[in-house]
Amino acid sequence: MAQIAVATPRPPLWATSRRLGGQFRRGSTLPILAILAALVVVWFAGAVWLNAPRTIEGFERAELDWTARDLVAATWSMDRPVLPTPAQVFADLWENTVERSVTSRRSLVFHAWVTFSSTVLGFLLGSALGVLIASGMVHVRTLDRSLMPWVIASQAVPILAIAPMIVVVLGNLGLTGVVPKAIISAYLSFFPVTIGMVKGLRSPDPLQLDLMRTYSADRRQTFRMLRWPASVDFLFPSLKVAIALALVGAIVGELPTGAQAGLGARLLTGSYFGQTVQLWSALVMCALLAMVCILLVSLAERLVHAARGGRP
Amino acid sequence: MDALRSTDPRRTEPPAPSHHGLTDEDVPHPAVAAHDLSLVFQAGDGPVTALADIDLSIARHDFVSLIGPSGCGKTTLLRVIADLAQPTAGTLLVDGGTPEQARRDRAYGYVFQSPALYPWRNVRRNVELPLEIMGLPKSDRQRRAADALKTVGLDGFERKFPWQLSGGMQQRVSIARAMGFEPDLLLMDEPFGALDEITRDNLNLHLHGLWQQSRLTVIFVTHSIPEAVFLSTHIVVMSPRPGRIVEVIDCDLPRERTLAIRETPEFLAIAQRVREGLHAGRSYEGPEAA
Repeated sequence: MAQIAVATPRPPLWATSRRLGGQFRRGSTLPILAILAALVVVWFAGAVWLNAPRTIEGFERAELDWTARDLVAATWSMDRPVLPTPAQVFADLWENTVERSVTSRRSLVFHAWVTFSSTVLGFLLGSALGVLIASGMVHVRTLDRSLMPWVIASQAVPILAIAPMIVVVLGNLGLTGVVPKAIISAYLSFFPVTIGMVKGLRSPDPLQLDLMRTYSADRRQTFRMLRWPASVDFLFPSLKVAIALALVGAIVGELPTGAQAGLGARLLTGSYFGQTVQLWSALVMCALLAMVCILLVSLAERLVHAARGGRP
Repeated sequence: MDALRSTDPRRTEPPAPSHHGLTDEDVPHPAVAAHDLSLVFQAGDGPVTALADIDLSIARHDFVSLIGPSGCGKTTLLRVIADLAQPTAGTLLVDGGTPEQARRDRAYGYVFQSPALYPWRNVRRNVELPLEIMGLPKSDRQRRAADALKTVGLDGFERKFPWQLSGGMQQRVSIARAMGFEPDLLLMDEPFGALDEITRDNLNLHLHGLWQQSRLTVIFVTHSIPEAVFLSTHIVVMSPRPGRIVEVIDCDLPRERTLAIRETPEFLAIAQRVREGLHAGRSYEGPEAA
């Protein structure tokens, strides 16, 4: 009777995996599936609508009689449709991921890996640069005033304009392959990290800073033991934006290089040769890769959060 | 104001002799000595006198409370002693040297109004923070942190994080943190102000015990008269606009105290004197005070 204050143990980390099941029970899975189904239907219908003119043209040239059924069937199975159907895209994806060896030059897994590796390299470079610039701005007043306009100006220039220049300049210096792409990625991804970390490194409240002063901690100690750990909550949201931008940078970097590999190269050849199915499957692969990237950052965030006390 | 100060004989006396058996010959200087200390800061609409002509001497091993209404400068005085704020006039010696020197020597521990624990560190690592800054080896840090947590009755909570503790426990962690590196002086800025009455009584008792055992010098800022009388050897009554000392009241209750002492006539008499001092301070309020 008197046992009121029974301590409830914290749920272990794995318990969070139950959320998926809980989602279904709470009924949020059904609406998600419904929206997905609606999108697929719209996509199929769009394929008919967009592909119909050329199909009809073909029918008429061949002087064939055709019914609506023939038209729909034909628009859904064109070689180079204006808009391929989800089924066609999925089939192409399946063929070029599961059924093809990953070492093949036509495997999308291979191309995704090429893009992923330069994304990660550029992301790491850019994030490190962002943290560096932010700590400089937080600690040196003149840097704070002089650097920020340049940081902002750097992002106002379209990356498509800069990317070829970076590739050409670095190519002349003998740097080709992953490095120019990574630098374009870094150029895009340092920005959100800089902004987030300036805020994060300044987030300790006066009391927390006073405490460091009473211990007569020097700047480095204050940075290591207060500013840096305090900024982690600001770091991860920035990193999520940064890695998505790094992926964009890597793909854009693959366009002007005439690269033989990478999802960007796949997109370029797809559009160059009118291979719309290839174009779309490469696009879907880009989206999947972006999800993987964000997931990896989220996973790291969760682990760090748990190590820091895991406040729910 | 000058008349008031000169009528208070206690200020001109040498620091009260310590009540314990230790000799202070080798450390003749008081823990804190302020002379004509003033602090004026520039606000948007002109200068504001936060502290005016503070004369105060605090002997080693004393427990001194600063009491007064909001805005009387008691927190500012504590911050000046801690070298967190700079006086604009007068002299101040902490531990015989400048406040900055005392801060650099880590001569004092500071307990803030809120626990100010770092939420990403567990209890043990919060207590270890100053020890880490001082560069102590890990084994040493852990031993000292464990000792400090034991003195505030929090052994067994080392691996908890601040959000898992109650407000009172968090404040005890912050006291352990301030004591872990064994300073001679403990500066406490309304440490129990945000806590409920019961927790507060409990912590007062605890703090009294700690002070008794350790022979620390404690400077304690508070709003509460019973708290000040219960804990202190001397009570400094302050008044606002400008922040100044109205009176220093001796609190010569026995060194050993229990909560029951609060019902004794001696206790109530001292509390009454403090209350009168606070009222006297208020009557000086007015335009001529600036």
